[in-house]
Amino acid sequence: MSNATNTAKKGGFLAGTANYLDERVGMGGILKEFGRKIFPDHWSFMLGEVALYSFLVLLLSGTYLTFFFQPSQVDVIYDGVYGPLKGAHMSIAYKSALDISFEVRGGLLMRELHHWAALLFVAAAGLHMMRVFFTGAFRKPREINWVVGFALFVLAMGGGFTGYSLPDDLLSGNGLRIIDGMIKAIPVIGAYVSSMLFGGEFPGTHIVARLYGLHILLIPALILVFIAIHLFMVVIHKHTHYSGPGRRDDNVVGYPLMPVYVGKAGGFFFLVFGVLMLVAATVSINPIWLYGSYDPSPVSAGTQPDWYIGWADGALRLAPTHLEFLDWTGHTWSWNILLPILVLVVFVVLVAFYPFFEAWVTGDKREHHVLDRPRNAPTRTAIGAAGMTFYAALWAGASTDLIATHFHLSLNGVLTTIQILLIVGPIIAFYITKRTCLSLQRKDREIVLHGRETGRIVRLPHGEYMEVHEPIDDHELYKLVDFVDHQPTVARPNAKGKITLGARMRAAWSRFYFEDRVAPVTTGELAEARSHHENHEVAGSDAKALH
Amino acid sequence: MASKQESQGGEHEYSAGLAVVSADKIADPGLEPHRVRMTDKSEKHEKRAASQVAGWFLISIAGSISAIVFYFLFPINADLNTVRTNTFFFGVSAALGMLAIGFGAVHWAKTLMPDAEVAEARHQTRGSEEVRARAIEIVNLANQESGFSRRKLIRRSLYGALALFPLPGLVLFKDLTTNNNPSGTLRHTMWARGVRLVTDPLGTPIKAADVTLGSVFHVIPEGLNELPEDQKLEQKAKAAVLLVRLDESEIKSEKEKAWGHQGIVAYSKICTHVGCPVALYEQHTHHLLCPCHQSTFDITDDCKVIFGPASHALPQLQISVDNQGYLVANHDFFEPVGPSFWERSVNE
Repeated sequence: MSNATNTAKKGGFLAGTANYLDERVGMGGILKEFGRKIFPDHWSFMLGEVALYSFLVLLLSGTYLTFFFQPSQVDVIYDGVYGPLKGAHMSIAYKSALDISFEVRGGLLMRELHHWAALLFVAAAGLHMMRVFFTGAFRKPREINWVVGFALFVLAMGGGFTGYSLPDDLLSGNGLRIIDGMIKAIPVIGAYVSSMLFGGEFPGTHIVARLYGLHILLIPALILVFIAIHLFMVVIHKHTHYSGPGRRDDNVVGYPLMPVYVGKAGGFFFLVFGVLMLVAATVSINPIWLYGSYDPSPVSAGTQPDWYIGWADGALRLAPTHLEFLDWTGHTWSWNILLPILVLVVFVVLVAFYPFFEAWVTGDKREHHVLDRPRNAPTRTAIGAAGMTFYAALWAGASTDLIATHFHLSLNGVLTTIQILLIVGPIIAFYITKRTCLSLQRKDREIVLHGRETGRIVRLPHGEYMEVHEPIDDHELYKLVDFVDHQPTVARPNAKGKITLGARMRAAWSRFYFEDRVAPVTTGELAEARSHHENHEVAGSDAKALH
Repeated sequence: MASKQESQGGEHEYSAGLAVVSADKIADPGLEPHRVRMTDKSEKHEKRAASQVAGWFLISIAGSISAIVFYFLFPINADLNTVRTNTFFFGVSAALGMLAIGFGAVHWAKTLMPDAEVAEARHQTRGSEEVRARAIEIVNLANQESGFSRRKLIRRSLYGALALFPLPGLVLFKDLTTNNNPSGTLRHTMWARGVRLVTDPLGTPIKAADVTLGSVFHVIPEGLNELPEDQKLEQKAKAAVLLVRLDESEIKSEKEKAWGHQGIVAYSKICTHVGCPVALYEQHTHHLLCPCHQSTFDITDDCKVIFGPASHALPQLQISVDNQGYLVANHDFFEPVGPSFWERSVNE
């Protein structure tokens, strides 16, 4: 930047602008600090970017929609261009949504763009969360940023649901009806909360306007604030990188922001926007005109919520029959609804607090900037797989009717199966994943110690057949041995000589996590394996690196 | 875990906990050697990459311009196909305008910008000891100068003030609803003695003789269609009813028989789970199925729940015929319809 100020004397528009900005906002210092910041490169780091860019697309397309959408439930008679609904009573909200679709050029495109971007936003955020989980990127110093990201995921679902409810068509009305039913189940205050949300009895004439306020102001504002915090912390910590030669906890390896990431990430924004636009232009979504205005009496069978609400809807379906009972005062406890809500809340809280739990078990206070390969943290990876299976079972629960009709199965059978899978599935997933990780780790050890199998079979002079193994180069090798290895601990007495419950618990959990472990190959082991190979060579044949 | 002393390098030495810190760890060979790209060694390749990048940007320009052209070329009118044409051509061209910028920029970065990875030092998030000491000093100074710890009265009264100031804001939310007895209004529907059962949505009264065996009627109370529009849906959300005629011998419950009329029975259509309309009637099993969460009710046995997450039976509407042969209600529902709520079973 000092160059820029020097050249400013020579004139030129760019130099002049640079000088102007530096003298007013200190642009020079900002560029010096951030211009050559290093970012590591990996495809999985783009998931968060996809989420961020989808959100920008949501802001742009959403703002456009607000220019035409009217969040009012005042009744009107439709006289627009869509024939089948001509003369029908409907709310202004629904009519304006129809008008956006049929009477504004590009309006339908923007509605579809907005909906697709919302689906992608939550999906990308979810995948990003999984990437962070399975690579251990949530470890110190990033625990708080995990919670911030988690809040973003919840806000994204909230934004999605409030938006889904705005067009006031049959689907959005039914979604709200379900929310109303869930709210009414809340002990003591349920009926009041429902009444306050809907401004009286369901469905009332207030809910669309109220959700609109949340949807276009409060939720996006909160998302923006949390994104700002999220990215600010990325700058503070600098991005993590995958393990490999030259990648350490005290450095960051990658490309500079300017120009490489301006090109790559800037270009990627256009790719995400472009793909969403292409999908919006060619694939129809939420054809609200087909379902008609909201009416509490009809319902279309086989309707599905947006994908990210599926797991909540599935939880409601999977609740067993007859869970509702009266207490001694005659008040109703709707455990058929409260239990699924509780399951969702507990799941979400466990996800949010996982980093703190793992940190407590490992007792590892160091900063971690090198990511784990999922196989190198077998128990964590298995826990993640179990969590995903649990989520997937709830999610599949939202489609029991479609599964049953498409595969000609009994509806009750499908539901019971998923109920069982919800409990058993995670346990199986945990076991399989953990064993798979440990096997992969052992395979890595084999490769490090004995080289890679080449598939070439050699017959030795004395008749023995052997496969030729090729040693791998030092850089590849380092990738396989550079990981954090943990050992279980035993409960030790504290300063007062007492073994506390906490110490016992931590010892038990450390066994759960680290009892089965595959340690990375050490220099000694490698030297021994290599000398063994050399002996083999001398004694055996002229084939190289035989095992 | 107590952390150890500051190491000489200025970086804090943290406890590794259960992590194994091995002295025999295989040494880091350092970054892989950089592989030179074709565009770095061959001018021909470099030039070609440069023209490819520019080519993408030109395609983008063409896409954006054609989007504008298509916007005007394909106006939309009452023919809905015009909406499809406009959406498709405008959208695809605009998408091309963006995608091509993306392809161009990424291609530029990957082929022409330096691709040798560089390492930058990363420092611990924790501040140096001097910084931390100064931070503590600042906090102490602020505490001293304001007397925050010392002046208990000020501090405690401030806590009190801060705790109370949001309450007026909370009270403001009271008027989100003007209904002072929400659980009370949930107990009553439009049904009353003598109210005719009429079809949904046309409002035609139903003669008992017209309800043939096995037929299903979606029913609303007479007068619902005449309500002001802003009350209609609220009433319908409670009063919707499903009417079927069963063979009387198939009805298992005596109460159900008595509350019906010659095998014609009327049940609330609002699911007792979370309120979806229980709209699917399976004729040969006499099951009512809620399409939202698959709660299943047996219509021959008081509409008891036989499957799914709902917990109590659909309320039955007591019906008879009036002197003209039309079906009428005898009474409002005897219990609240729809989803459960806290006060549902409490007598008022």
